[in-house]
Amino acid sequence: MKITENIILSHGLKLDEYAKIKSLLNREPNYLELGIFSAMWNEHCSYKSSKVHLKKLPVKNKNVIQGPGENAGVIDIGDDDAIIFKIESHNHPSFIEPYQGAATGVGGILRDVFTMGARPIALLNSIHFGSPNNLKTKNLLNGVVSGIGGYGNCIGIPTVAGETKFNSTYNENILVNAMAVGLANKNKIFYSKAKGINKPVVYVGSKTGRDGIHGASMASAEFDDNSEEKKPTVQVGDPFTEKLLMEACLELMKEKSIISIQDMGAAGLTSSSVEMAHKGNLGIELDLDKVPCREENMSPYEMMLSESQERMLIILEDGKEESAKKIFTKWDLDFVVIGKTTEARDLSLKFKNQSVASIPIEALSSKAPVYDRKWSKKKLSKKKISLKDLKKVKFENAFLKIFSSPNHSNKKWVTDQYDQMVMGDTIERSGADAAIIKIHNKDKAVAVTVDSSANYCKSNPNNGGKQIVCENWRNLISVGAKPLAITNCLNFGNPENPEIMGEFAENILGIKEACEFLDFPVVSGNVSFYNGTNKNNIFPTPVIGGVGLIKNLKRIQNHRFKKLNSQIILIGKTFGHLGQSVFLDEVYSLREGLPPEVNLSNEKNNGEIVINLINKNLINSVHDVSSGGIILALAEMSISSSIGIKINKPKKLSNIFEFFFGEDQSRYIVEVDNNNSPKVEKFLKENNTYYENIGTTQKDFFELEKELKISVKDLYEANNKWYNNYNAFKS
Amino acid sequence: MNSSVIVFPGSNCDRDVADALTKLQFKNKMVWHKDSELPKSDLIVIPGGFSYGDYLRSGAIAAKSNILKEIIKAANSGCPVLGICNGFQILIETGLLKGALLRNKNLKFISKDVYLKVLGNENKFCKNFKKGKVIKLNIAHNEGNFFTNSDHLKELEDKDLIPFKYCDKNGTINESSNPNGSLNNIAGILNEKKNILGMMPHPERMIDNLISNTDGVELFSSILN
Repeated sequence: MKITENIILSHGLKLDEYAKIKSLLNREPNYLELGIFSAMWNEHCSYKSSKVHLKKLPVKNKNVIQGPGENAGVIDIGDDDAIIFKIESHNHPSFIEPYQGAATGVGGILRDVFTMGARPIALLNSIHFGSPNNLKTKNLLNGVVSGIGGYGNCIGIPTVAGETKFNSTYNENILVNAMAVGLANKNKIFYSKAKGINKPVVYVGSKTGRDGIHGASMASAEFDDNSEEKKPTVQVGDPFTEKLLMEACLELMKEKSIISIQDMGAAGLTSSSVEMAHKGNLGIELDLDKVPCREENMSPYEMMLSESQERMLIILEDGKEESAKKIFTKWDLDFVVIGKTTEARDLSLKFKNQSVASIPIEALSSKAPVYDRKWSKKKLSKKKISLKDLKKVKFENAFLKIFSSPNHSNKKWVTDQYDQMVMGDTIERSGADAAIIKIHNKDKAVAVTVDSSANYCKSNPNNGGKQIVCENWRNLISVGAKPLAITNCLNFGNPENPEIMGEFAENILGIKEACEFLDFPVVSGNVSFYNGTNKNNIFPTPVIGGVGLIKNLKRIQNHRFKKLNSQIILIGKTFGHLGQSVFLDEVYSLREGLPPEVNLSNEKNNGEIVINLINKNLINSVHDVSSGGIILALAEMSISSSIGIKINKPKKLSNIFEFFFGEDQSRYIVEVDNNNSPKVEKFLKENNTYYENIGTTQKDFFELEKELKISVKDLYEANNKWYNNYNAFKS
Repeated sequence: MNSSVIVFPGSNCDRDVADALTKLQFKNKMVWHKDSELPKSDLIVIPGGFSYGDYLRSGAIAAKSNILKEIIKAANSGCPVLGICNGFQILIETGLLKGALLRNKNLKFISKDVYLKVLGNENKFCKNFKKGKVIKLNIAHNEGNFFTNSDHLKELEDKDLIPFKYCDKNGTINESSNPNGSLNNIAGILNEKKNILGMMPHPERMIDNLISNTDGVELFSSILN
C-alpha cells in the first residue's frame, strides 16, 4: 500500500515526523511499520511533550527502590517488604464507552503492578465528570462506577479510596484515573529489561483480538463531534482472565525462570517488545504466525496494534519453557514462544515465512521525537474577594447548600459498589482521609489516598501543584502514617497550545517544589494530554496518589469523634482565604481570585506536630481541613461518629464566613480529651505551632451559636441524599 | 479439625476464609477444582469470588466441576458444607440447596456492612450464637437476592432452616433493612438435614477487631466443637 499524506495524518503523525521516520529508516516505511511508528511515537507512549518537564521532578530518596521508567514505582517499607504502585489515566476510552473504559483502566494498572512481582493489595481511583445537569453525566457516572467495581470486585482486590467530582469543564471529556498498590518482597522485583541473546520470548494470557487497535493514538488526540465512532478503539476487559494471569505470573515468579516481563498495555505487542529490547540494548524477533489470535485472518498490522487486554510478554531463561508452560496450562492460559532476543538491535517481524517489518529499536524509542513546546506563563488574577460585594446569605443556608452539593455529598452510592473488604486487610475504608491496608500477617500497614484540585490549578497552576502534594501529605498524616512517596497522573488539555503547555510546565514546578521540601518523591506516573473536545480544554487536573507507612498499628487515627465533651483544637492559622473556594463556587457560582497560598514550612511543621501528637497518643481523632474549610471538616467528623459539637465563634477574625469557609492550607482539626488538653497545648506552644480551641463535642447537635443548630441525624440526611436522588429510577 | 477450602479459577475469598479457619485452629487444606479427591474433611468451605468469571449464571460452571461430585458425596453423607457468597450460589446451582439467587433489587453490586439476626441456633454452624443476637457482617455481591417457591419458603420457615435474616441495628426485619430484595430478608439457608449452610454475607471478614469486628468468629467456632 502506498503511504499517502492522508494515511500519515490518520495515524496521528505529523508530516515532519514522517520525514524523520524516513530518514531513520533510510527508506519509506511499509504500512505495518507506519502503524508501529504511530503507536510508539504518539504522546501517550512517547511522552514527547512532557519529557523535558518531567525530568525536573524529584524521584529519589532513601526509600525509593525504583523511580519512574519502569511499569510502576517501588518503595521500601522495611523488613524486606516493598510497595509497588502507580496511577494511570483511562480518560478517552471511558468517555466513549464508560463501563469498559473504566474497567480496562483498572485492569491495566493492576498489570503494571503485578508485572513487577507484587500482589496487588489495594485499588484507588479519581473520577471526574461534567456537570450533573449535563445530559451525558448520569450515564457516564453509572457506567464508570460499575466498570471500576466490576473489574476490582471480580479480580478480588479491594477498592479502598478515591474521589468522585463534578465540574462542567469535564462535560465533553471525563477523567478516569486508576491507581493500584501492591506488595512484594524487595529482593524479588521483576523488571522489563531484557538480557541475553537468543532467549525465548513468550506470549501469555488472553488471545489477541481486533479490539483496541490504535487505542493509544486515540488517547493522543482531542475529541471532536465524531468521537462516538471511536468505540472500536476501546478495549474490552475480562477480569476473570486477569485473575488467572495474575495468579499464574505470581506463581511463575516464585521460580527463577523470568529474565524480564512486561505487560501488553497501550500499543500492545508493539510497545511491550520494543520496551524490553530497548532497555536491554538488544533486538527482538517475533514470528507473528505464532501469536494466539481470537479471530481468523488477523493481519500483522492488527496483531501488532491490538490492545486486547490481559496479555503479557515474558523473556525466559533457557530451558525453563516446559516448567513455565505447566503453570499457565494449569490456569487455562495460552503460553506460546513467539520469538527470541537478538543481537541485531531491530524489531523484526516475520509472517508466513516472510519478513514483514524491520525497524531499529532506537528509532522507536530513544530517537522518538521529543518536543520542548512553547509555553506561556499564567496571568494570575488580581481580583480581591470581598464579601461586601456579594449578596448576603444565611450562614446555615450556605453551609447546608455546600454540604448537600454533588461534590461534597457522601459518596456511599459510589463506594458501596466497590468491594472494600476482600483480602481481609482493610483497616480504614473509603470516606477517611486515607485508606489503611494492613500488611498481611504483619504488624504494620500502609495508608493510601488520591487528591486533586482542578479549580486551584486552573487559577494558579504552580500553586495548585504544590497544594495537591501538600493535601495528599496531610491526608496520610491524618491517619497516622509517615508519608513516603507519590505517583502522579497529569491530566491536561492540548500541549500544542502554549497556554495549556504553560499550565503543565508550571504545575510540574509546583509539584517539584513541594515534593522536594517534604522529601516526598514521585516514583511513577502518567501524562494524559489532549483532554478536550473541539478546542475546549479541561482544567489542568493533576491527580496525586500518595502512600504512607504506619509502623505501629496501635497508633492509627481517623476522623471520627470519639467522646462527648472533648476539646476540639484547630492546628494551623486561619486567614479566611475565600479565593477559588467551594463557598464562592457553590453559593455564588463564582470561581474568582487566587487559591490559598501554600507555606511549605508551615505545612511540614504542622504535619510533624500532628504525627507527634498521634504517636504520643494524645488525641482521639484528627481530620485535615481542605475544600469547604473548617465547617465542612467538622461536619464530616460529626456525621461519621454521630457525635455533635458546639462550635466557638472565632475570637480574632470577625467574619464567620471567612473563618469557617476559608480554605487556608496546613490545617488540621484534632479532638483532645479534657485531661490531655493541657499537655497538647503545652506541646503546641513549645513547638511554636499556632492553634485555636474551636469547640467542644456534645450530644446530638451540630451547633454554632446563633448561626446554626441542626441535629447530627439531619446533618447526616443532608449529606446523604444527593446521589440517591440523582440516580433514582424515574419512570 | 480438618477443613478444606475449594479453589476455583476466579475464587477470590479463598485466602481470607483459609486464614480465618487457621486462626480458629482448623487444619486447613486448599483443594483445587480439578482434583478428583477430597482430603479428609470435617468441614468443606466453598469460598466467595467469581468462579469462572460468573459470565454464565453465577456458580453455574463451578457446579459442573470435577471436585463438586466429591463435595456432593460428602455432603450427602453428612459432612458440613459452608458456601459463602459465590459458594452459596454454587451450592444452589448444584442443587444441594434449593431456591435461586437473583440480581440485587437495585441492579447494582452491593458491598457494605449489614446487620443480621441469628434466628436459629440449633444447627452446627450457629450453636455458639445466642438466639436472636444481632450481628454485623459484610456483604459484597451482585446476585444475592434470594428467591424460592412458596412451599420451599414455608418449609424453610417452619423447619428452622433460616439461620440469618437481614435486619437493622435493633434487630427489626423489614423492607428497609433488606439490602438486596431477598425474600423475607433471607441472608442464608440450611438444607433439611442442616449440614449445608449457604449464606451471602462474609463471616470470614469479621474475625478481627482491628479490621472490622469479631461477629464472624462464633460461626467458625460453632463448627469446631
